[in-house]
Amino acid sequence: MQEYSLLIGGKAGEGINTAGLSIAGLFSRLGYRVYMYFDYPSLIRGGHNFAIIRAADRPIGAHRTRVDVLLALDRKTIETHKERIDGKTTVIYDSSQVREETGYGLPLDDIIAEEKAPPITRNSAMLGALARVAGIDREMLEDVLRAAVPEKHLDSNLRVAARGYSAVENVFSVKPLDAPALPVLTGNEAAGLGLVYGGLDTYVAYPMTPSSGVLHFLAGRAEDLGIRVIHPENEISVILMALGLAYAGKRAAVGTSGGGFCLMTEGLSFAGMSEMPVTIVLSQRPGPSTGVPTYTAQSDLHFALNAGQGEFPRLVVAPGDPHEACAWSAAALMLSWRYQVPAIILMDKTLAEGACSFDLDASTPPRDHEPLLEDGEGEYRRYRRTEDGVSPLAFPGMEGVTVKANSYAHDERGFTTEKAEEIRALQEKLLRKAGSLKAELGGYQTVKTYGAPDAEKTIICWGSQKWVCIEAAAGVDARVVQPVVLAPFPVEAWSKAMAGAGEVVCVENNATGQAARLLREHGFDPGRPILKYDGRPFAVDELTARLEEVFV
Amino acid sequence: MTPDRSAAGLITPVQNTWCPGCGNFSIQHMMRSAIAEISEEEGIPIEKFVLLGGIGCHGKLMDYLNVNSLYTIHGRSIPAATGIRLANRDLRVICHVGDGDIYAEGLDHLIFAAKRNTDITVIVHDNRVYGLTTGQYTPTSPTGFRGRSTPRGVAEHPMNPLEVMLAAGATHIARGYTRKTRHLKDVFKEAIMHRGFSFVDVLQICATYSNLTDYYDAHVYEMQDGDLDTGRFESALQKIREWDYDRDAPIAIGTFYSIERPLYEEGFSVPPSGLEERRGRVRRLVEGWR
Repeated sequence: MQEYSLLIGGKAGEGINTAGLSIAGLFSRLGYRVYMYFDYPSLIRGGHNFAIIRAADRPIGAHRTRVDVLLALDRKTIETHKERIDGKTTVIYDSSQVREETGYGLPLDDIIAEEKAPPITRNSAMLGALARVAGIDREMLEDVLRAAVPEKHLDSNLRVAARGYSAVENVFSVKPLDAPALPVLTGNEAAGLGLVYGGLDTYVAYPMTPSSGVLHFLAGRAEDLGIRVIHPENEISVILMALGLAYAGKRAAVGTSGGGFCLMTEGLSFAGMSEMPVTIVLSQRPGPSTGVPTYTAQSDLHFALNAGQGEFPRLVVAPGDPHEACAWSAAALMLSWRYQVPAIILMDKTLAEGACSFDLDASTPPRDHEPLLEDGEGEYRRYRRTEDGVSPLAFPGMEGVTVKANSYAHDERGFTTEKAEEIRALQEKLLRKAGSLKAELGGYQTVKTYGAPDAEKTIICWGSQKWVCIEAAAGVDARVVQPVVLAPFPVEAWSKAMAGAGEVVCVENNATGQAARLLREHGFDPGRPILKYDGRPFAVDELTARLEEVFV
Repeated sequence: MTPDRSAAGLITPVQNTWCPGCGNFSIQHMMRSAIAEISEEEGIPIEKFVLLGGIGCHGKLMDYLNVNSLYTIHGRSIPAATGIRLANRDLRVICHVGDGDIYAEGLDHLIFAAKRNTDITVIVHDNRVYGLTTGQYTPTSPTGFRGRSTPRGVAEHPMNPLEVMLAAGATHIARGYTRKTRHLKDVFKEAIMHRGFSFVDVLQICATYSNLTDYYDAHVYEMQDGDLDTGRFESALQKIREWDYDRDAPIAIGTFYSIERPLYEEGFSVPPSGLEERRGRVRRLVEGWR
């Protein structure tokens, strides 16, 4: 097995994220599957940003602590990441900032002054040096820069990269693999593409980390994708605009994080009562309140499951990587319209802003759904009480129909009611719809399993912790079970997946074991908790050590 | 429901539960007539009209008119209306809102809709009191108003919503009075036909909690041609400030301001495309990923 880990670090504003993605691009072009973890504080200039890029000859989706190459644009990078370095690590540093280090010093101040290049090109010197150290072609390096750098800055970046390249020597050789060069996408980008794949017309969002990546990506590519992207005054307006779009027949999705989702909850409940489809990309970060804006957590599971007053069906899915984010965003949007329910795609910072090799063919939903439309026979009733609970849709402007949608309890025509039998009938219609949605999901892979079925040790995990668990499981001879759909909970699929589970642990990025609580609610044993709640995702080796303590 | 194109057919069979003497009856009937007349005069099918309501006595109008309606939640009809206009620019979108509903709970949305100049009409049923929650003060209640939440009288001054709207960038600003029904209908028609964001504050009698009939009858007057220049900000501002919803002054009704500006939704046109075309676009984007 071939794999490489690299870290690039520096101050915010030095383009660490872009540089990380360029490194990922280098390995990608050599046929490697890559994963990038990006770590940054909530500030615009200064501080310490770093990206860990891992490349392997197989699919991966997590980082390791140790790195093979450390690229330090400042002293802090070296000081902060001492634990990641050993005798075999190649350190490349900016010798105008850091002195007397072992490794390769690049006089970046001198290089950019001599090349008359802007300070941001320091990254390209690092990239050049990395290419030389790792035995990667100069042509490959230039190709990556051409893709990453705007035309007018390309020349200076190429010159600076060449200086970096010639300032160091070859240390090891990254062998090209016989595999396609896959694009590297973040979870946010994959979710955005999935929404469009599912038929999105308009994306509406107010900026909030870590969900803003969807907004920025879709806004930047709106014309290419043929969609509208709207940024209104707040999250309340966001969800209400989406519901207005849905009422008039256009498929809308919204994106936010915990605090913004708090503001959306009355709109969510309105969607539940008025049976208006809406898809919500909910990207978690540590709370309570403002919490830790640019770090990660899986602490809003029960919030997503229970938000909004009253009882109404909803779809909640938690994709584990960009492939699942794309497929399930498409599926969620289509199912939301087919069953006229709100759908929540529960992500977190690790998945949303982490990047990964992406294959669209492996990222599409298993089936298509069209909304149920009015056939024009007889008087139109927006809330016709059908057997499966789903009423045919008509939209304002259609000839011969009046469409009355309502947040109050309502009769079939959409008129407000307070009659006991009408209220009961409405609630039972919603329950029938929940049942229909659940039955439909029986045809989906709602629970996924990885590893040997007879392992007798099972790791339960959900969302972004999928890949770190898959890798760590191999080290302790365990299998992994991942619920992708969390509401309506796939009870049967779960029972089947957990048959003969043996010793069980449940790995989560939260302090109270929220998935474990959900499993207990449905009568399942979640095993022993392995929790991490410091805003950082598990590294493979870190989780392996925790698993070894528990599995004895 | 199936639309009935006659004015009488625009009333639903739902039992009306407003208090006897409520100003909402005039608003209901004048809006019904305004829609029926515009439909007739302009050749716009009834199906192209959409009403939105917030929560409060005003919202019941959603149940009483046989027109497309989205009965939303408190203070939030305006963003939903904006969404409807983004989705379909053929629709005439009219938001009925209350003074508590939109000046308190949803003021942000009102200001932003004016700022954007989205082509919707906002009709404020401004009875200057919360009716459905039984008599608390609202943002337009006069200083000293004794409501159930302010038994010693409100210490705040009311806001002048017309002045707020002018500052926010509304392109059409008017005021009506529920006891001047013919005038009210004309104010509605003009607002609905205005291309852009139109705002009408309707001084509405609340028969139960704040009956200002005598006061309004004594102070309200209809503006005449030449009273102001509706195309000039300063002229509108001066007239709008004649009465501040608090002290004794003549109360002008009619149109204060009306100008043209580009529409918000025009900046977001998307050519219609089918699912397969969208998927083709996704595929091309991934294939050309840099």
